[in-house]
Amino acid sequence: MSGDIILFGLAGVIASGAPIVIAVIGETLTERAGVINLSLNGVILLSAMIGFWVAVETDSLFFGFLAGMVVGALVSTIVAFSSITLKQSQVAVGFILAITCRDLAYFLGNPIMGSQGPIMLSTSIPLLKDIPILGRLLFQQSLMTYLSIIMIGIAWFWIFKTRPGLMLQGIGEKPAAAYVRGANVQKMRYFYTIVGGALVGLAGPLYTLSVKPGWKGTITGLDGIGWIVLAITIFGGWNPIRAAFGAYLFAFLQWLGLVLQPYMTSIPSQVLQVAPFPLMILALLFVNMGNTEWMERLIASLPDTVRLGASKILRSMQSRQPGSLGTPFERQ
Amino acid sequence: MNVEFKNINKHFGPVHANVDINLNIQSGSIQGILGENGAGKSTLMKILSGFIQPDSGGIYLDGKAVLIDSPADAIKYGIGMLHQDPLDFPPMRLIENFIVGQRGGLVPSYKETIKEFKELQSRFGFSLNPEAYVDTLTVGERQQLEILRLLWMGASALILDEPTTGISAQQKEKLFAALKILAEQGKTIIFVSHKLEDVEILCSKVAILRKGYLVGEVPSPYDTDQLVEMMFGKVISLGDRNTVAQNDVVFELRDLFVEHYPLKIENVNFQLRSGEVIGLAGMEGSGQDVLLRACVGLLRPVSGKVIVKGKDLTNKNYLEFMQNEVSFLPASRLEEGLVPGLSLAEHFTIAGEEKKGLFIDKEYFREKAENMIDEYHIIGRSDSTVESLSGGNQQRAALALLKKSLSIILLEHPTRGLDIESAIYMWGKLKERCLQGCSIFFISGDLEEILQYSDRILVFFSGHVSPPLDAATTSLEQLGQLIGGKGWDQVFEIKENYESNANT
Repeated sequence: MSGDIILFGLAGVIASGAPIVIAVIGETLTERAGVINLSLNGVILLSAMIGFWVAVETDSLFFGFLAGMVVGALVSTIVAFSSITLKQSQVAVGFILAITCRDLAYFLGNPIMGSQGPIMLSTSIPLLKDIPILGRLLFQQSLMTYLSIIMIGIAWFWIFKTRPGLMLQGIGEKPAAAYVRGANVQKMRYFYTIVGGALVGLAGPLYTLSVKPGWKGTITGLDGIGWIVLAITIFGGWNPIRAAFGAYLFAFLQWLGLVLQPYMTSIPSQVLQVAPFPLMILALLFVNMGNTEWMERLIASLPDTVRLGASKILRSMQSRQPGSLGTPFERQ
Repeated sequence: MNVEFKNINKHFGPVHANVDINLNIQSGSIQGILGENGAGKSTLMKILSGFIQPDSGGIYLDGKAVLIDSPADAIKYGIGMLHQDPLDFPPMRLIENFIVGQRGGLVPSYKETIKEFKELQSRFGFSLNPEAYVDTLTVGERQQLEILRLLWMGASALILDEPTTGISAQQKEKLFAALKILAEQGKTIIFVSHKLEDVEILCSKVAILRKGYLVGEVPSPYDTDQLVEMMFGKVISLGDRNTVAQNDVVFELRDLFVEHYPLKIENVNFQLRSGEVIGLAGMEGSGQDVLLRACVGLLRPVSGKVIVKGKDLTNKNYLEFMQNEVSFLPASRLEEGLVPGLSLAEHFTIAGEEKKGLFIDKEYFREKAENMIDEYHIIGRSDSTVESLSGGNQQRAALALLKKSLSIILLEHPTRGLDIESAIYMWGKLKERCLQGCSIFFISGDLEEILQYSDRILVFFSGHVSPPLDAATTSLEQLGQLIGGKGWDQVFEIKENYESNANT
């Protein structure tokens, strides 16, 4: 393999990671507010199909993406209403929606199976695209890929650096404490569930209009992505930057599976296709080593000068789920 | 700010929690609100802080009638409440906690806020690190943070709900000093407690609540007996110390070494005799809980032996300790002790002492639960779920659930959060068991409780364990200094003597 091909492949990884990044950011925002939206596997499929359909009918990429976001927002409104207002189990409702939306996508999508639709092309950024290596990697992508990269920064900044972001953390951590600080907990939970759902809904059409163009029913190959997104959200420690790394790692492993196939003819192709999933789990467990007790002990035994730095790194590797994740809030 | 309650009434279902309460609190004063659990203190304070609205009656601030419909609304009026369990965000940094809920631009300026924070805390002699994470702070430090936050939000009346539970003696001193400074500045302090001692030291005036009624107001100086009588309607005395310890050893630790990051507890040797009560004193996190858990097989010791009635149970699990008549009652009742969602009758069913068949004899356990409710004076029914009981009644239920035949009971904070009457009752029941030869090993943050009920005391200070001290010859001051890390030289002398005696 020449260097050019590798660079081309890695640029592809960033592009095919884009929908995962966007969906992970959406789910991170929702869970940060204390709501688990389990419906995302179904939502990605349904919004992929409907977004594609709308784009075909209107011949507009914009309306395709918009339709996907509307689908995501609507489904998450059901999650929000049943879990926040009716205080039902978020897991049960989300799970059923995940299955329902997936089957709806396959069923309703029959008429447009195999249709030709618009495809989002890449837009090079003048000047920046000529930077060696980086230009090829980052600045000859599609607009949505740029958006996904920018969103990582925005989401991180919002959660950790802004006033509403601090309150968002508070709502997911201890809603009673957020309430005494003046937050309208129910309203904010609705808001973040719907915004998060809309982002997840944006990931669907990003597949069918760009990363894996077209709607091909059950062989579109999007089933399962939503569950991976859920896992990345958790192992990403509800931090957009860490989660984005997880998303790119997953896209990279998938690409690796494709690239290595011709060189490893003795291994059945299914193994390479499935490998990213367990490898992902291993990688994420490794990243989360900071949570283990033996790690704490190891650090405690280091000399003082090293320890301070080491424990700082450790703290950044630790993750803790929002304290009230999945539990409804009652004022009294 | 002058705070006045006028004819406040509040019902919860059939319970009349506040009956026609009239109370006027002058600005610049420290007002105590005293009452046992369930007397209506919390209800009254929740009304003032906007959590709930009264059924009738009103609140007047500086003579003006106000409607407070949320805690956020209350702080706008200048009323801030410090909750018993601090309402803060443990995984966030201190300064972030401080900022959440403040109005201002999209991106808060940390530099400036940290400067203001430091200025504010220096006025009260607090020394919190604004960059520290809240989950590394003690309860006392988290209180300090909340007080500073409320003041910064513009509170001119501060409600403190049982603020001295779970904090060290030094932190209490700091807290009281800060409250006095605030009162001098003209702020109104409302101090809610069931601890007579604290109220007596601090408050210029005390209002006493009993069963929803305001029984009366008493100005300082106080007559303790009078306060107790007003709280309970009768005089209660702690009773005499009595020892029923016998000579046979039922439990022994030999050279025990336990490690639980970041604490290391080394070289623990002592013997518990039958009928004896041993108290473990120390500030929270000094290692008492670690040692107690190692004693029942919930933590594996690195080396050393745990011997129960002559049997070596080192490295065995809790089940085996239970089979040898050892039982452990943890501090967090609803998390570790009882099962929320199950009724009292169901608790007796799963306690599994009798009728172990596949099907449940509902009638039998309903009757058993009702008998226990009578015997232990639990306020509740056999079909009440445990979380619907008050703290004191939960503790009584936990006690009622202990097996009849036990040789050793280990307790963590057996009376934390209970009023005096419930606490005395708990100990009465425990002492009954001592008379039957049962030994008790307990942790408490209340030094008076330790001195009153233990025969011997083990003091903990950051993983160091003192030799057993005789409770009868130890004074409160001595104990207070030891848990604060002073006077340990003498203790180690005693320890050496103790060990050389034990060896010969």
